[in-house]
Amino acid sequence: MSRRYSPFLLALALACGTAARAAELRPPPGASSCTGCHAQGAAMGALEGRSEAEIVAALAAFRSGERPATIMNRIARGFDADESRAIAAWFAARGSH
Amino acid sequence: MRAMPHGPTRRALLGGAAAATLACPALGGTRPRVVVVGAGFGGATAARWLAAGGVDTTLVEASPNYVACPRSNEVVAGLRGIEAQTLGYDALGRAGLTFVHGTARAVDAGARRVSLGDGTALPYDRLILSPGIDLRFDAVPGYDAAAAEAMPHAWKAGAQTVLLARQLAAMPEGGTVVLSAPANPYRCPPGPYERASLIAHFLKARKPRAKLILLDAKDTFSKQKLFEAAWARLYRDVLEVVPLAGGGQVSEVDPAAMVVRTDFAEIKADVACIIPPQRAGRIAAQAGCADRSGWCPIDPVSFESRLVPGIHVIGDAAIAGAMPKSAFSANAQGKVCAQAVIDLLAGREPETPRLINTCYSLVAPDDGISIAGVFRPTDGQLADVPGAGGISPLDAPDAVRRQEAAYGESWYRTITREVFG
Repeated sequence: MSRRYSPFLLALALACGTAARAAELRPPPGASSCTGCHAQGAAMGALEGRSEAEIVAALAAFRSGERPATIMNRIARGFDADESRAIAAWFAARGSH
Repeated sequence: MRAMPHGPTRRALLGGAAAATLACPALGGTRPRVVVVGAGFGGATAARWLAAGGVDTTLVEASPNYVACPRSNEVVAGLRGIEAQTLGYDALGRAGLTFVHGTARAVDAGARRVSLGDGTALPYDRLILSPGIDLRFDAVPGYDAAAAEAMPHAWKAGAQTVLLARQLAAMPEGGTVVLSAPANPYRCPPGPYERASLIAHFLKARKPRAKLILLDAKDTFSKQKLFEAAWARLYRDVLEVVPLAGGGQVSEVDPAAMVVRTDFAEIKADVACIIPPQRAGRIAAQAGCADRSGWCPIDPVSFESRLVPGIHVIGDAAIAGAMPKSAFSANAQGKVCAQAVIDLLAGREPETPRLINTCYSLVAPDDGISIAGVFRPTDGQLADVPGAGGISPLDAPDAVRRQEAAYGESWYRTITREVFG
């Protein structure tokens, strides 16, 4: 994950106050793809509002093959434990709508 | 406000902060302007994400509504009406962006301006092009725009799809259907093979003495083992496949005589669906973003053109490495590109992204297969994350195949609601 900022950008972020916060609220890598399938009312179900622990556990179980799947086993293998946790935290923080 | 899959929630989280950032006096105090050309799965997604992030966003689209390609093979085979594929733009007009019905005629990359057919000029700080494909009517001898009225491509959903469906329905008993698939790259890699499957299904049910000949300009294709297994199981007596090595490349068509020629054969067709080679939509080349291949090389982090600074290209028009030209890819790229544009406008470095693609195909009604992939920038290209992705198991039980068909339907409802709802 790249989080390198030049001194200029850092100064700009501090000057603007919210820039650093906005950067932290960016979706972590991979997260924005998920809502192509996952939504309220869909067969795949919404991710927003599920707990971080639930999503982390689901991704780990899909990755290991422990949880039966049609496609999530193939997708979960594209993310390691840290990356999965970042995605889970982002969806958990977005709450339900 | 209507609850959107990603609307109010993201606005609260990301929108407020990003909007404040983008109005930062250090950046000049005015909201940066982004123009998005093309309101398909890529462009409409990007425009929504930008608008939710507080960017002054103008979305330009020439068509009065959107006719979606995913699931349009079901229309071809008489399993679904075209109205189920037709999506309005009304909701996009209420998504906090400026929706302009018009044709993007030219891009002046030096002046950072898009001019429309009616003479309007739209200035931009950054431009996102999501123009989809143009069919190459110079690639197959005899196959031009007029020929497509006799031998539909049906590779842009709409009137062409309906035309092909009508021709199939009206075809005489015992007729011959020819379907030709182009060489790579092209929109929707598994699409010709799903179409072959569903036309074969239609023939088997409705015209049992008819034949389908699939002429392919390549020897390998997406989900190949799954399609071939299904064809052997379901369509052995209906479908004949001629790969490149067997002389499958179409060398010429004669639409008046309804004849399709290869180097080795001349086939008289009752219905001929010719899917020609393609290129990025016209405006991409006009803007200078297309290379000699006709497609647009991009930076895999920001989707910024490798050829023209300040212009980003997403969706089918982009050369996205291992990512296929699909609606799912375009949607995923739209979000990543829009976030990168927000970051660049705010003076932040875009984060190295990861993108997912999932494509469902039907080999018969209620019989679905899929391919998935996870992608990340590697050596300047979007490459597969090793160990992830792949196709459905070859030995999946019927229940799983039915489930994948249902998931395909659900995916279509979800993504069309996210983008157009």
